[in-house]
Amino acid sequence: MDFSHTEERQMLADMVGRFVRDEYDIETRHANAQSEDGFSRHHWGQFAELGLIGALFSESSGGFGGAGFDIAVVFEQLGGGLVVEPFLANLLAGTALAASGGHGDALDAVMAGSCLLAYAHGEPASRYSLSHVETVARSSASGYRLNGNKAVVLSGDTANKLVVSARTAGETVDADGISLFLIPADADGVHIRSYPTIDGYRAAEIALKDVELPADSLIGGEGQAMALIEQVNAVGTLAVSAEALGAINVGIDMTLEYLKTRKQFGVPIGKFQALQHRMADMMTEREQIRSALINAAGNLQSEQRDWQISALKNLVGRAGRNIAEECIQMHGGIAMTWEYAVGHYAKRIVMIDHMFGDQDYHLQRIIKLGAAA
Amino acid sequence: MDLNYTAEEQSFQQDVRRFFAEKLPPEISGKVKSKKRLTKQDSETWHAILNQAGYLNAHWPVEFGGRGWNAIQRDIFDVEANAAGAPRVVPFGVNMLAPVLMAFGSTEQQSYHLPRILDGTNWWCQGYSEPGSGSDLASLKMSAVRDGDEYVLNGQKTWTTLGQYANWIFCLVRTSKEGKRQEGISFILVDMDTPGVEVRPIILLEGTHEVNEVWFTDVRVPAENLVGEENKGWTYAKYLLVHERSGIAGVGDALASIEHLKQIAREQKKDGKPLAEDALFAARLAEIEIDLAAMRTTNMRIMQAASDGAPAGPEVSMLKIKGTVLRQSINDLTRRALGPYAMPFVSEALDVGYNDAPIGPDYANPVAADYFNHRKTSIYGGSNEIQRNIISKMMMGL
Repeated sequence: MDFSHTEERQMLADMVGRFVRDEYDIETRHANAQSEDGFSRHHWGQFAELGLIGALFSESSGGFGGAGFDIAVVFEQLGGGLVVEPFLANLLAGTALAASGGHGDALDAVMAGSCLLAYAHGEPASRYSLSHVETVARSSASGYRLNGNKAVVLSGDTANKLVVSARTAGETVDADGISLFLIPADADGVHIRSYPTIDGYRAAEIALKDVELPADSLIGGEGQAMALIEQVNAVGTLAVSAEALGAINVGIDMTLEYLKTRKQFGVPIGKFQALQHRMADMMTEREQIRSALINAAGNLQSEQRDWQISALKNLVGRAGRNIAEECIQMHGGIAMTWEYAVGHYAKRIVMIDHMFGDQDYHLQRIIKLGAAA
Repeated sequence: MDLNYTAEEQSFQQDVRRFFAEKLPPEISGKVKSKKRLTKQDSETWHAILNQAGYLNAHWPVEFGGRGWNAIQRDIFDVEANAAGAPRVVPFGVNMLAPVLMAFGSTEQQSYHLPRILDGTNWWCQGYSEPGSGSDLASLKMSAVRDGDEYVLNGQKTWTTLGQYANWIFCLVRTSKEGKRQEGISFILVDMDTPGVEVRPIILLEGTHEVNEVWFTDVRVPAENLVGEENKGWTYAKYLLVHERSGIAGVGDALASIEHLKQIAREQKKDGKPLAEDALFAARLAEIEIDLAAMRTTNMRIMQAASDGAPAGPEVSMLKIKGTVLRQSINDLTRRALGPYAMPFVSEALDVGYNDAPIGPDYANPVAADYFNHRKTSIYGGSNEIQRNIISKMMMGL
């Protein structure tokens, strides 16, 4: 066993970490989040130049990374800066394209930073279910006609193109019969309602009304998208879990610093054993999350993928919530303010529980996987 | 032992229920139930209605115009108020300053201030915490220096809840640096229109403005605004902590919040079935209900013992800890009940006048913001760590 990263991967991590530290302080982050687009196209261009988007995709897809550990190191560093640029949305949609082997030109444009994608799969009634797809795609003279509604589409308001799931056969919750389509965000019948999320990102509700698509909009085989969707989901879960770890690192660092500098009763509050023990638990939990992240990243292509991914996300939801809450509690009132950064980290850590299934969803998935084994 | 309400208590409950049904304006309860923001006017309107009915100060002793309600009556009122969607009464005047004035204020202070608390002329806020004095409140530094018939105040208070609406503030100030730190603190009343008082907003992590910094620069306050004796302010503040403990467990709020959560769990669907029927979710909800049922009785036991004359002490700290953690766990499960729709947050949608369709279910928008906002409850009013220190110090005999 060897738990050290390859030299290239370590350099990648260091590069992103340095960029975030030097160019992306919390004020910059808030300014980007509150700008019209909800992120900075200038920063996005810089990220693309640095090769950070290419690092998320394999060589066969035109990138130079794409392994679980590549995704993990990049997103951990992004989490450390609460980076709002649309990495996740492009990872999700790009993974669908890459895994299908088609639409290579669109993926190339994403890696060059000239095209933004979003992944529109979840629906108002789907909660975390992957197979709950009410949106329908029927054959039409031009190819397909889509109707339906997509919910909480991350960065869905600024994307140029959308990867949309729709049912070409079967009943609402069938795993078979779902197809993915690549559609221009400005196509007739695509209605996008943008809004902020509580943790400072953007998402959109997207209504599809008689959207006419050519036949070559299809991604992968008709009705065969479930394997792609599961792959996208696994990659996305890995990414946000790594992001949570990056945010946890900062939360713990800030809290530890506060324990050393904040004086009450004549001593730094870190002198109190009650707080020391809780910090010790937080640091232990963080190591557990890192281990689960390693397990999941290393098994992203293995038959253990789903179990490891769910184990990771359960742990991130469970321990992450505790760490986020403790970061606030141990700071006291100052952490409740907008001005002090730790609350923003806590918000991100907790909201990641609402993406790709929360701790209970993944706990139940683990139980099911165990029963099936 | 008798766990049932007496006939008298039942009739009291009916009266209270009728009052809320008849007098609580639907536009206000509608905001409370949908967790929209209340305006200053909303709070003043409700304050006036309660005062009109004699409910605002019903817990005051009869000699000060109250009805001398006991712990059970106050609990019944709290539970019914929350169930009806009544706004929380802003406590600083009627529940916090008033008992101190009754116990330690001069006759002049009582006859001047108590009526103005009731009729809403004065909106009070609390000046205790300072940037360097949170959990260690006795380290406070804001100074009050006697100069003829006046005190001259300099310093800064913080976490001043609704200070932006207030026109008076009661402050703990340092009048002496001699001896024990607690023995140099005084309790003083300040008209916030006095030159040198400046209120600056603090925005909370979910974007709301409910607390403030209050700065004092050479603020000249008449010496008669000192409550009780100079350097005895710590005793008065402690008196308040011990005597104003009703409601600290937040039973009424917890009961209303869990009903809200159950309603959401019935409406949210997981794999085509109500979330409430999901075994894991149901287990998490059941655990909270178990804790809440026990806490209701713990609360009544402690409140009743206190009203029977037993000294209230560390049990109040237990209620503070249990009450805040339990309500936070309800907030936590409510956010989790929403699934992905916990993420969208349109702040403007919390204000009346926002008419766009909600994002997702209409109850979703405030839930995550509430979850984050309520992290404050285990920090304010003596953090839960301080409460544990009190329990350790007073109950363990170590």
